[in-house]
Amino acid sequence: MAYKERLNGRKFDETRKIEAKAGVIPRADGSAMFKIGNTWAYAAVYGPRNLHPKFLQDPSKGILRCNYNMMPFSSSGDRVRPGSSRRSKEISLVTEKALLPILDLSEYPNSVVDVFIEFPQTEAGSRCAGICAAAMALADAGLAMKDLVAAVSVGRVDDKLVVDLDYNEESYEEGPVADIPIAMSPNYGKVTLLQMDGLISKEQLKKVIEMGKKACKDIYEVQKKALKDRYKI
Amino acid sequence: MNNQIRTHIIKLFNSDRRLDGRKLTEYRKVDVQLNATSTAEGSARVKIGETDVIAGIKTEVMEPYPDSPSEGSIMVGVELLPLSSPDFESGPPSARAVELARIVDRGIRESKCLDFKSLCIKEGEKIWMVIIDVCIINDAGNLFDAAALAAIAALKSMRFPEYKDDKIDYKKKTDKGLELKDLPIEVTVIKIGDKFIVDADSEEEKAIDARLTVASLSDGTLCAMQKGGDFPLTDEDICKMVEIGIEKAKELRKLVK
Repeated sequence: MAYKERLNGRKFDETRKIEAKAGVIPRADGSAMFKIGNTWAYAAVYGPRNLHPKFLQDPSKGILRCNYNMMPFSSSGDRVRPGSSRRSKEISLVTEKALLPILDLSEYPNSVVDVFIEFPQTEAGSRCAGICAAAMALADAGLAMKDLVAAVSVGRVDDKLVVDLDYNEESYEEGPVADIPIAMSPNYGKVTLLQMDGLISKEQLKKVIEMGKKACKDIYEVQKKALKDRYKI
Repeated sequence: MNNQIRTHIIKLFNSDRRLDGRKLTEYRKVDVQLNATSTAEGSARVKIGETDVIAGIKTEVMEPYPDSPSEGSIMVGVELLPLSSPDFESGPPSARAVELARIVDRGIRESKCLDFKSLCIKEGEKIWMVIIDVCIINDAGNLFDAAALAAIAALKSMRFPEYKDDKIDYKKKTDKGLELKDLPIEVTVIKIGDKFIVDADSEEEKAIDARLTVASLSDGTLCAMQKGGDFPLTDEDICKMVEIGIEKAKELRKLVK
């Protein structure tokens, strides 16, 4: 059976509704909120600041440290136990790698830039929403950046290629599904995060990454607008 | 803290003013928004000035504690997220987070506003555990009052998920809520020099001599208290602080009703 129409009524290349805002956490050096559908991320940047323990310090440049965390009530299923898990550690790591290429931390030897990403509610696509919020928060903190980073999950549901899978699509059972979170630097067109779970052909992959790049460009416009609104440019 | 700032704060207090222009027992703008997140069974977001917290409730079904076979229970956790302040660090809950969680817990538990027997599904076998987690988004002072207010507001908005054949279906919320007989409200009164204030901001919190968190019911009955800070209090101090606490609780209670 073919996947004729999306379960959520969206077009195949259409994302859920997006809202973004910069400067939402006054105590942080930079912060942002990014909401896509029911997935809602906050990111706060602290730093560059002193890095302890000392052995982690890099005398040639500052380091980036990301922390992805779901609030205990942010899942529609069971409560998420506070503290880090194997999943949150991995996502924190790939988030770091997704953001690092556009940052220039050479001016900050021995320091750290901390990025904390928190979710009051989630429904699929949280790592991508977290990356979008984090990139905006880094810009809001006034750090030197070559570009922003936009992220979205793309994939395949049965015979169709889709952008921004929601929970029902991720758990579609009548055909094969592939879930591919990607992040990119929109102005360079380069991919900084790529993960995949599921089955897909290499032809489909090529096509769906193209779709993802297009969606990321649209997301980038939303991020940019939120940052401009914040500084009334 | 810088002694000059402290001296300045106290000098201002003597003319009934504070750094941000408020009167001594005046709160910043308090905003309570119910149902702040859709994944929780109940939730509330509370902003007091720039302080911003979210409380969310998840419910679990478990075996009752052996000493209370016909009673469900509540659990309160507070997350001092490192996102919300440069002073908070990742890792296991600090003593401060635990104290905060326990004060919020006691304010609700000891008020008896919630009948734990109503959380029993089958005596000796199955009870509801109502877990309230309070996450701090921005710490601009007075987390005690914000966290307690968010927790009680979240309880008020809570709806049980469907429970059928020994399974919780979180996707289906019923219209059954919790019956709250009263609304316990916590107010933290701060002593700096010989003056008392409420709703201290981050700057004032650095200057405190003592604090007293007072939880009270709508008829003014006290249901929990906690003293903090490095300096002792006299009997007169305590009476005065309790009085302020009960009075200010009336204002906050209106925002949850």
